Amino acid sequence: MHDQPSVAELVQAVKNFIDETAGPNLTGHATFHARVASNVLSTVLRDLEQRPQSEPAERARLLDLLGDEADQSTAALNETLSARIKAGEMTPETPGLLSHLKATTIAQVEIDQPRYSGLKTAKS
Amino acid sequence: MVPQPGLPHRYSLALPSLTLIVAKMGSKSEFETGLQALFTRVFGQGHSLATFKRLSGGASQETWALAGSGKSTILRRAPGGGSEARSSAAIGLPAEAKLIQAAAKAGVPVPDVFHVLDDKDGIGDGFLMSHVLGETIARPILRNHEFETARSILSGHCGLALSAIHSIPTQALPPELQVSDGLSQIEKYETIYRAFNAPRPVFELTLQWLKANAPAPRLNVLVHGDFRLGNLMVDETGLVAVLDWELAHLGDPREDIAWLCVNSWRFGQSQNRVGGFGQLDDLLTAYNQHTGSAITAGEIDWWEMLGSLKWGIMCMIMYEAFRSGADASVERAAIGRRVSETEIDLINLLEIAHA
Repeated sequence: MHDQPSVAELVQAVKNFIDETAGPNLTGHATFHARVASNVLSTVLRDLEQRPQSEPAERARLLDLLGDEADQSTAALNETLSARIKAGEMTPETPGLLSHLKATTIAQVEIDQPRYSGLKTAKS
Repeated sequence: MVPQPGLPHRYSLALPSLTLIVAKMGSKSEFETGLQALFTRVFGQGHSLATFKRLSGGASQETWALAGSGKSTILRRAPGGGSEARSSAAIGLPAEAKLIQAAAKAGVPVPDVFHVLDDKDGIGDGFLMSHVLGETIARPILRNHEFETARSILSGHCGLALSAIHSIPTQALPPELQVSDGLSQIEKYETIYRAFNAPRPVFELTLQWLKANAPAPRLNVLVHGDFRLGNLMVDETGLVAVLDWELAHLGDPREDIAWLCVNSWRFGQSQNRVGGFGQLDDLLTAYNQHTGSAITAGEIDWWEMLGSLKWGIMCMIMYEAFRSGADASVERAAIGRRVSETEIDLINLLEIAHA
């Protein structure tokens, strides 16, 4: 299938339209919503770029942490992890748990809100 | 009282599907006529309303600036003139008016509430208060040069204001106030979180950690419930008014102190634990001196973690409004991608607790 323009290029084109054409012609609360929409498209672009690396890395850590669950989806692995934490089988003292959650959350915030202050704190 | 970019000014604490508010006073001319009659009734014959301007938008309580004949006032009114509280935790405007008046008597800086709307006014629930001048938006308060002196003394002012709020005798307060301590809040937010059926291991770990490490409760006091920049009016001399009392309840005094410390309410200035502008020791020194209590910084940690968790689940609630189809706006969709901000804050706090 064709990839010119790519999904990322199409999203960028719509973002350009919002930033340069539509946004400046809006007034009141719609101006604010246009800024939010533009930021959302930036998130989409980061998600397209980063998820292909960060999700398999998360999955590898989950398999490591949970043991033999290789046939499960990543979502199912996260459900299993949540259930074990809820049951008290895993706590902040469990080797590897906090570092896995930290790595996963850093990857998520890098996509969602890369300028968030808490991200800087986590990486320092 | 102006919506802040990226952060909704007000959020519903109940599931959105349960809090549909129907505008009861749809006609604008009816509202205008009502406002004009109210203005003259309150300020006397010869005073007529010349301008009225909506200051806040969205689903929040309506805030209107009214002016004419050399008089000006602020009207805080239920959306569309309705009369029910907007969420299960909100106390309703008549009770809020009584609380602000009680706070004024106790020496808390608040606007002067001088008229509570009744049926005769015919424009729904609400009240009139004095027009206090100042800034409520976090960004200029934290960054602009004109607030430099204010920032240096604001922690002490907040400690003083909170000490006055927490010292108000609770027997005389409106019966609408709910009792809500730390463990009951965990239970409430856990129920909401579980209903979404969207497991987040960081929230799960936080819930279990908070339950396992819950501090002994302190005596119930009046808690403001949303004491943070956005709801604090500040001028170049410091704190001038504490606003938005609708989430007030009876509970643990440390909740208010810690909510102001939640990283989401530091607006990027993480190094300043108190609201992005100050240090906790300054707040606690002023607070403890005036209440005679001995709350330590270490006691605030647990409550700060609970605050981050609560804000994260509130973001899930707001995203749920989009997911369920109740609110199709891009803003409600986008807030779902802010939940991870609270997750990274919780990780940072859990790391400190287990260092």
